[in-house]
Amino acid sequence: MPEQKQNFIDQNLQDLNNDGVDRRGFLKCMAWAGTGLVWTVAGGVPASRAFTKSYGKDASKGADFTFVQISDSHIGFNKPANPDVTATLQVAIDKINAMPHKPDFIIHTGDLSQLSKPSEFDTLDQLLTGASAKQIYFVPGEHDMLSDNGEQYLQRYGKGTKGTGWYSFDQKGVHFVGLVNVANLKAGGMGSLGHEQLEWLEDDLKGRSASTPIVLFAHIPLWTIYPDWGWGTDDSEQALSYVKRFGSVTVLNGHIHQIMQKVEGKVSFHTAMSTAFPQPAPGTAPSAGPMKVPADQLRKVLGITDVNYLVSGRSLAVVDSSLADSDPSASGSANGSGGR
Amino acid sequence: MKRNSFWVASFTAAVIIAIVLLVAGSPNVTANDQAATANAEVKIDNFVFGPQTITVPVGATVTWTNNDDIPHTSVSTEGVFKSKVLDTDEKFSYKFTKAGTYSYYCTIHPKMTGKVVVQ
Repeated sequence: MPEQKQNFIDQNLQDLNNDGVDRRGFLKCMAWAGTGLVWTVAGGVPASRAFTKSYGKDASKGADFTFVQISDSHIGFNKPANPDVTATLQVAIDKINAMPHKPDFIIHTGDLSQLSKPSEFDTLDQLLTGASAKQIYFVPGEHDMLSDNGEQYLQRYGKGTKGTGWYSFDQKGVHFVGLVNVANLKAGGMGSLGHEQLEWLEDDLKGRSASTPIVLFAHIPLWTIYPDWGWGTDDSEQALSYVKRFGSVTVLNGHIHQIMQKVEGKVSFHTAMSTAFPQPAPGTAPSAGPMKVPADQLRKVLGITDVNYLVSGRSLAVVDSSLADSDPSASGSANGSGGR
Repeated sequence: MKRNSFWVASFTAAVIIAIVLLVAGSPNVTANDQAATANAEVKIDNFVFGPQTITVPVGATVTWTNNDDIPHTSVSTEGVFKSKVLDTDEKFSYKFTKAGTYSYYCTIHPKMTGKVVVQ
């Protein structure tokens, strides 16, 4: 399995432009670090940093704002991979609440529910009221579109959004765009943004200064990770062409229930862990379905992502931590992930 | 008399040979007649419709059963049939009354595709 994973990472690395930064070594280390990953994007150039115990706390200290990405809560799922997804979501919320700096908001990158049932959305909402951050931004996953093409989701979380639920907002000079790539999926295809949304996106970004940091978030990865399992978006190329001119672009996704990262030019891609159950690494299992791990390992493969933004450096620090980490910096030391 | 017997014998032999060939050529003659009203099964597991292509006679009913631990759907690409969301162990049946090839897929995981050939 390690060899397979390594080859897969190498495959991705070949796509990257060589600009002098030793990305190969940098990214290999990042990929192996598991949950304790940290990198910053300063002016569009990624730079690794030693992930020491103190850094974990410093990441949010002095940041102009911080937010947390959670994903794939799958409320309603109750199979062996995790018979109690509400319990693990609560652990994630407790973790958020224990952070030294209260996040300004939370972004949920989809698959809120398992079957789009009202009771599932109710349970999620109820649990999230206990989070320290009251402002929560959502984008739907394919599991949230199961009733009347996402009508239930839109009624609850679609206020102020367009089409199937896309929208944008600004926070301290950073422009956030929530995209929906789980509607009107075509047979044999992967994720899809659609013509209307792409037109809206182009228009939404028009006229913005290239120094505006951009954060795109959507459920299914906006880069092709593994087509056989549908891990990609058929028309993301066009969307990414619209952000090409910006100095710093961060793409946050979910769907695959594991951390994957890629840097291409000034665009940094990141997928988050689920708070419900893990999924296998590409090609390492017959399918992408829920992966069973020993009960005492479950919390190590579930997690949240802390993002800290520094206006001065126009940098976003993205820090993943598992639900097993009591302290966001602890996982880094344990894995020895010095970023190199 | 002798000539008549010869023709009768030949005719009988020909009929017997014909029957033998007919039966040998289609050993399931009886089974096919029964299959016209029988059910065919498609099992969904590991994000796959199994078998991916199923061939049934006109009038047969195909039943999809979701044995996966994730919900799936079975939806015709031409709008001919559409299952509700099938959670684990849930089923969907559709009776095919017209010959043709029916492509379908899972609307939740669109990489999952299948085909029902009705003839």
